[in-house]
This record gives sequence, C-alpha cells and structure tokens, in this order.
Amino acid sequence: MGHHTEVQAKTKAQYEYDRHHNAVHMKKQVVNFAIMIFLTFLAFAVVVADFSPYLIKPFILLLAGIQVVLQLYSFMHMDDKNGHHIGVISTYVWSGAMIIFPVFLAFVTVVWW
Amino acid sequence: MEETKFTPQTWPNHAEQATAEGKNKFVGIWIFICSDIVLFASVFATYLSLRNKGPAGMEFTTQSLFELPLAFVMTMLLLTSSLTSVYAMYHMKNYNIKGVITWMAITVLLGLGFLGLEIYEFYHYVHIGFGYTQSAFSSAFFTLVGTHGLHVIIGLVWITCLIVRNAKRGLNLYNAPKFYAASIYWHFIDVVWVFIFTVVYLMGVLG
Amino acid sequence: MSSVAVSKKKGFGAVLWDYLTTVDHKKLGVMYLFAGVLFFAIAGFEALLMRIQLMVPNNDFISAGLFNELLTMHGTTMLFLAATPLLFGFMNAIVPLQIGARDVAFPFLNSLGFWLFFLGAIFMHLSFFMGGAPDAGWTSYASLSLYSPGHGIDFYVLGLQISGAGTLISGINFIVTIITMRAPGMTFMRMPLFTWTTLISSSLILFAFPPLTVGLFFMLVDRMFGANFFDHTMGGNTIIWEHLFWIFGHPEVYILVLPAFGLFSEIIPVFARKRLFGYSSMVFATILIGFLGFMVWAHHMFTVGMGPTANAIFAIATMAIAVPTGMKVFNWILTIWGGSIKVTVPMLYALGFIPSFVAGGVTGVMMATAPLDYQLHDSYFIVAHFHYVIVGGIVTAIFGSMHYYWPIMFNRTLSEKLGVLTFWVFFIGFHLTFFLQHFLGLMGMPRRVFTFQADQGWDLFNYISSIGAIMMAVGVVLLVINVLLSIKTPPVNRRDYWGDGRSLEWSIQLPVPFYNFKQTPLVRGFDPCWLEKQEGNKEMMTYAEPLGDIHMPNNSILPLIMSIGLFIAAFGALYHPDGVSWSVPVIVIGLGITVLAMITRSVKDDHGFHVHVEEVIATEERLYGKGGNK
Ligand code: HEM
Ligand SMILES: [Cu+2]
Repeated sequence: MGHHTEVQAKTKAQYEYDRHHNAVHMKKQVVNFAIMIFLTFLAFAVVVADFSPYLIKPFILLLAGIQVVLQLYSFMHMDDKNGHHIGVISTYVWSGAMIIFPVFLAFVTVVWW
Repeated sequence: MEETKFTPQTWPNHAEQATAEGKNKFVGIWIFICSDIVLFASVFATYLSLRNKGPAGMEFTTQSLFELPLAFVMTMLLLTSSLTSVYAMYHMKNYNIKGVITWMAITVLLGLGFLGLEIYEFYHYVHIGFGYTQSAFSSAFFTLVGTHGLHVIIGLVWITCLIVRNAKRGLNLYNAPKFYAASIYWHFIDVVWVFIFTVVYLMGVLG
Repeated sequence: MSSVAVSKKKGFGAVLWDYLTTVDHKKLGVMYLFAGVLFFAIAGFEALLMRIQLMVPNNDFISAGLFNELLTMHGTTMLFLAATPLLFGFMNAIVPLQIGARDVAFPFLNSLGFWLFFLGAIFMHLSFFMGGAPDAGWTSYASLSLYSPGHGIDFYVLGLQISGAGTLISGINFIVTIITMRAPGMTFMRMPLFTWTTLISSSLILFAFPPLTVGLFFMLVDRMFGANFFDHTMGGNTIIWEHLFWIFGHPEVYILVLPAFGLFSEIIPVFARKRLFGYSSMVFATILIGFLGFMVWAHHMFTVGMGPTANAIFAIATMAIAVPTGMKVFNWILTIWGGSIKVTVPMLYALGFIPSFVAGGVTGVMMATAPLDYQLHDSYFIVAHFHYVIVGGIVTAIFGSMHYYWPIMFNRTLSEKLGVLTFWVFFIGFHLTFFLQHFLGLMGMPRRVFTFQADQGWDLFNYISSIGAIMMAVGVVLLVINVLLSIKTPPVNRRDYWGDGRSLEWSIQLPVPFYNFKQTPLVRGFDPCWLEKQEGNKEMMTYAEPLGDIHMPNNSILPLIMSIGLFIAAFGALYHPDGVSWSVPVIVIGLGITVLAMITRSVKDDHGFHVHVEEVIATEERLYGKGGNK
C-alpha cells in the first residue's frame, strides 16, 4: 500500500494532545499491571496459607478469570473502539470461550474410565 | 518500492492499522488466537482428566512434584515481559524506534529467562525419573506445559527476527503491524500461562 | 481463466512455475477443484471395490484386511481430501468475486493452505505403496488404532496433521477476507449466502480443527514416542480420543454441509427467478447451526456409557439443530414456490437435493434418540444416514455448482444435455445404493464388515446396493467426460451467463481478469447484479472509485517449500518407532527447511506490485477487444 498513503502532519496542538494521551494511557497500563501482580500474589498466597481446597479452588479460578479479562481488554486492546472490526473480534473470542466450556465440562464429568 | 518517511508529527495514530495489510494482520492474528484458545483448551481438558493418573504404584503426583517458588518466579518473569511489550507499543505510538527495539529486546530477555527456568524444571523432573513416557499424567503434563513453551519459543524467534530486521531502518507502515501482531501474540502467551499456573501448579499443589 | 491469453505464449515450464508459485485465488480455486476431483475419483474407486466385495455373500474378491484399508481410506479421503478441497475450490474462486475484492486477505497463506493440504494428501496415499494403508476407520478409535501393526495409522496421523494445518490456515484466510475485504456497501446483511456460509464454515474450521490437531498429536506421540494418553495400563484413557475426535468430527459435517447449503441458496433464487425467501432467517439459521454444532458431539458416543444424564442432554441438543435446518428447507421451498422455474442442470441438482437431504435429516433425528441409537449404532442404518446427507447434500451441491460456476471459473460451459443425463444416472444410482441400506441396518447388518453369510437375508439388498454404486460411478465418468468436452466449447465472453444472475460475481465480464475488478464496485443493495439490471445498467455494476493503479500480491515459491519441509519431517517421525538411526535427523532437516522458509518470509519485505492504469487498459482491450470492458 505504502504507495498511496498520504502523509499528513498533525497540528502542534493535536500532536501534543496525542503524546499526552499516550502517556496517560501508558500510566493506566502500569496500574493494570500492578493489579495483575497483586492478583497473582493473592492466588499464590491463599494456596500457601492452606485454606480448605474447596474454598481456594473456585477462588483462584476466579482470580485467573479476572486477570485474563484484564489482559484481553487492557494489554491486548480489546477495549479500543478504534480497533479495526473490534466488535467482530470480540464475538470470535467469546464464541471460542463459549465453545470450550462444554468441552471442559465433559472432560471433568463423563470421561471416567 | 519507495517507503514513505515519517516524522513523529506525521506518524498516524493507529499506524498499525493504517494500511489494508495492517488491518488484515490485526484481524488475522486475533482470529488465529481464537483457534489457539481451543487448542489449549483441548490439551487442558485432557490434562485435567489424566492428572495424577498412572500405572499402579506410580510415585509422582502433582503434590509431590511441583515447587511453588519456581512457578512463582516464572510467572513474574512472563507477566513482566507482557508489560515490557506494552511499553514497546507505547513507543511505537510515539514513533520512537529506539524505544520499540529496547523494550522488545527486554521482552525477549525476560522470555528467555522464563524459558530457561522451564527447561531447568523439565530437566529436573526427567532427572528424578518423571519422564515423558512415565505415566499418562507425565505425558499430559509435559504436553500441556511444553505446548506453551513451544509458543514461547515461536514468539521469541518471531520478535527477534523483527528486532534484527528493523533496528536499522526505523518504523514504517509496513513493519508497524508486524510489531503489533507480535505483541498481541505475546500477551496471549501470558494469558495461557495464567491458567497454567492456576490450574496446573496451584491446584496441583492443593491435590 | 485470466491467464488464458497469456499462457498461450508461455512454455510449459513457465506455466508450471506459475501454478507452483501462484497466490491468485482464482488459480488456487482451480487447483483445489482438480485436486478434489482426483481424490474424489480415488475414493470413489475404493468405494466401488468395497461394493463389489459386498455384492454377493461370502465373496473373496478382496481380503478382510484390504477391505479395512479401503474402508478407512475411502472415508478419510472423501471427507478431508475430496469434499473439503472441492468446496474450498468454489470458496476460493467465487467468494472474493461475490464481495467485490481483488484478492483474499492473505494470498500467501492461501497458497500455503493449498500446498499443505495437497502434500498431506499425497503423504497419506503413499501408505498404499509403503507397507499398507491405515485400517482403523476414518474415526481411528484409539483402542483399535494404537494396536494396528505396521505404519498405516502413522500415515493417517501425520498426513491428516499436515493437511489439517492447511485447512485451518485456509479457514483463517477466508474469515479475515470476508471480514475486511468487502467492497464499499457490501454490508454483512447484504452478503450472498454462499459468502455467509463460507464465513460460518470457516469459523467452524477455526474452532474444530484444533481439537483434531491435539487428538492426532496425542496419537502420534503415543504410537511413535512412547506417550501414554490412551494406554489404560499407564493411566491413559482411550475415551479421550473419542471425545476429541468428535468435538472436531461433528462440526466437520457442518463445515462441509453449510457451504453446500450456501451454494444451493445461490442456485435456487437464480433459477426460480425470485429473491431468496427469508434471507435474514437463513443467515440466522446458519449461525445457529454453526453454534449448536459444537454442543452435540457426544451423540456419536451414546453407547460408550456416559450415563443417562449426558446422553439425554446431547440427544436434546442434537434434536434442536433440526429446527434451524428445517427453517432452511422451508426457505428454499418457499423460494421455489410461485417462481418461474427454469430447470437447468444446477436447478435439477437443487431439486434432487431437497428431498434427499431431508431424508438424511430425518434419520439423523431418529439416531439422536439415544435409546433407539443403541439399536442403530454401528449398523448399516448409519451408513445409509450419512450418505444421504453427504451424497444427497454435499456431492449434489458440488456437481450442481460445477455446472453453475463453470463459466466463471473457466470461461467455458458444461453441456446441459449430458448434465441432465449425468444427473439422472447419478441420482437414481445414489438412491438405489443407499435407500435399501436403511433396511439392511434394521435387519441387523453391522457396518464395516467385509462380508456376510448367505442365510442372513441380506443378499438381495446388498446386490441392488452394489448395482446402484456402479450407476453412481457411471455418473461420475459422464461428468468427467463433460468436463473434457467443455475444453472444446466456445468461450463465454460475456456477463451474467445464466441471464438471471443476482449476486455480484455475475456482473463481471468473462473471462475474469487477474485483478477481478478494474474498479472496486459500489454495492447499492442486496443482490447487486439484479439491482443494477433492474435499473437498466448495462455494465451491471456501479463503481466506487475512478480507474487507477491496482495493487496486487507477489507470487512466491515459499509456501511449497514450507510444505515440503513438513512432508520430509513426517517421514522421519513415521519411521521413528522402527529405531532407525536417521529418523531424528530427517525430522530436524524437514522442520529446519520449514522454519528457514518461514524466517525468510518474515525478514524479506514483500510489498506486492502495482498494475498501472495503462496496463489495466491494455489488459482489458486484450481480453474484451477495443473499448475494453464496456
Ligand atoms: C460415491 C459413492 C459412494 C459409495 C458407493 C460409498 C460407499 C461406502 C461404503 C461401502 C462404505 C463402507 C461402509 C461400512 O462398511 O461401514 C462407506 C463408508 C464411508 N463413506 Fe462412503 N461412499 C460413497 C460416497 C461417499 C462420500 C461422497 C463421502 C464423503 C464426502 C463418503 C464418506 C464415507 C464415510 C465417512 C464412511 C465411513 C468410513 C468409516 O467407516 O470409517 N462416502 N462408503
Ligand atoms: Cu454428529
């Protein structure tokens, strides 16, 4: 394509706005990262703390779920409305998630031989 | 064909999706990841049903095998590498190739650290007699974690190629989508690991 | 074909090189079509041998072992290496034209998908000459296949692994193409149904092939590298294979039948000369079928012993699929209803398809009734059922669409007269072969047996069934003759060959130039070709851009090289359990070739090339005479 791209200079105000916006966005990402680290800590901590497995298992699965959603929507930019066809992409991601659900269910319930 | 030369002032906001090829790559890597989700799910599901299954009198179980400190360090390395590749993309937005290359290189180093620990872990298991053919559990364990490891290797080779190829020539609309796709892929590797450390290691230690 | 005029001037070597390196979706479509026909013929021949063996009781025409090999290769080839590529052929050739694109999203991957499929297929067929073909059925259940001696199963596993990777890559390519490459105005709800079904079927590939890959990988390491996934003495579980296989296997049948539905949804409105009835419900039904297709896999495992709860859930889910499928059938019927019908060969296939497919669907619902399935399972009733859907649904769609799309794909036509004859011979043969097999099943004849006794009361029906199979073979030969004769027919050289075309592909002047559209079209509504004709537009197309330079992708030999690398590596893996010293080096060399080719692809820039306006005008004049495309 390169050939046809029109090079358009941003105005100074626009340029500075964009830089600022990028920096703010990056800060948000660092906060998200801190949350992820915290969730990870928590997961390891509750396991080491030796509570009842019946309590811990669903809890750490939940933590994993939260962390993954965080990754998807912040680091992987699924929240970015400007992403090309991002709606279609989310549909595919969540369809995939829905499809694997019965697979897990079957493998932990009816594979018993 | 001549490349359009950019400056920070002319660099478009969504450079990675400014061309038709860029858009296709963006959608393409996501669609590929969707199929990879199902791939990992299948291996995960198998692992769950073969966990701790082996010939009569098998001595190795998740509880006797796994060491949380190692898993924790690996997790931290990979999580951090996820953040560093976010930094690389941040610098890409600002048209700063040096930043992109530096942070991608750090990502690769962290990834290598992770990989080194994983190799050490596998070597250790094999050494104490928990080899690939030892039981159904061992086959499932090595296949699951190894498939993830293979993804890490592919990601490392990919990103290294991009660094080597583009360090000298700067950013343009042709290589920006490539960096972007690689970073998305790298995050996905991290996503999978979140489930591995939770389901394999943490839940394994719980028994 | 786009290259007809050019290739006349080229030598054989140049043409061959052109096809080995092409990334043009139209050429790849033709290559898929011919590869598919080749494997269809091979698998059909295998079926014929089986039917000859079963023609009379206690026959010794072929041995039990050979029967198992033929049975396995027939099923595997028909599904993976014949039906899939044939449909891919139409998808490649037609979908970009339907959405107004100059090529697919990833032309390079498109070519890679083809070569992986083709070399995987060749690899699997080499088994016949290298110590015996796979013999555990196309389902290759682990409890049987783990203990199959020789290398047959290894060929199956490795061949399917390679060709499956190709199919997955092509699927991704189609999805992205349809999402991103649509012309201005071609919204999702204006897409023709063949494009829609291609999208959904590719999505099923996307989600269904990974479980197969995983299952095959387990089988590979179990057989060749000492793993224990399916070995119960080591804690493994053979049922895991069955689950993984059917998690893939059931969506696979929809992967094949949805595009067939799509093709008929194109054919029927054109020859009923009426807008497709219930377009949006058709789209909805397609999506719903695709989704439910993932929730029903265990209906193949009712007799495994999953327990009454699981059986009940899967039985109900299966029956639910009949609802959207029924919607489709009614929509087709209501499209035909009150139309001014032209019974051409494609329409004939469509008319034959509806009742045949419904018959297959009804037996499907019968088998979904779990208690009844205990009776029907592994009997000839099953064989009758899936052939009614496969032959009655998919093969009729492929044959009908060959007639329908031949003008676009080759700028030549297939004979209508011969086509009608072919249809009747094939159609009658089909029902003769498979109708009576329902009753053979009810009378107790098990599937996958190489012979039977004379006093079991199965003689007559088996005899008739074999006669039917011979008729089908004759039908296929007639079709091949028709294809050969078409070479001699005059070029079509116009738009809208059938006169009643509705979707965008019929607006294109034949032969299709290699860049498809000299100007990107503007789609102003559903059925754009029909719409423009209604408004008296002689060009049948409104343009979204002025005439300008056209950007096209470069050819590449790398896809072939990558595929050859895997092909070589597969031989190393195959002989690994024999303990030969060269097996690991061969694996390393093969994978090395592939990886090197991939790295080359990654670091070597590929910007494609531009066709300049003057070249476009010159090409148009060469193809359509002075004045160009007017
Ligand atoms: C052209 C006419 C065809 C004939 C005469 C024919 C005949 C047969 C026969 C005799 C069997 C063995 C049944 C058994 O003993 O269990 C069989 C199995 C099968 N056929 Fe066909 N077939 C034809 C077309 C097709 C097509 C077009 C497809 C798929 C696209 C197909 C897919 C299968 C499958 C999946 C099996 C099961 C193989 C197995 O049990 O592993 N067949 N067919
Ligand atoms: Cu099914």
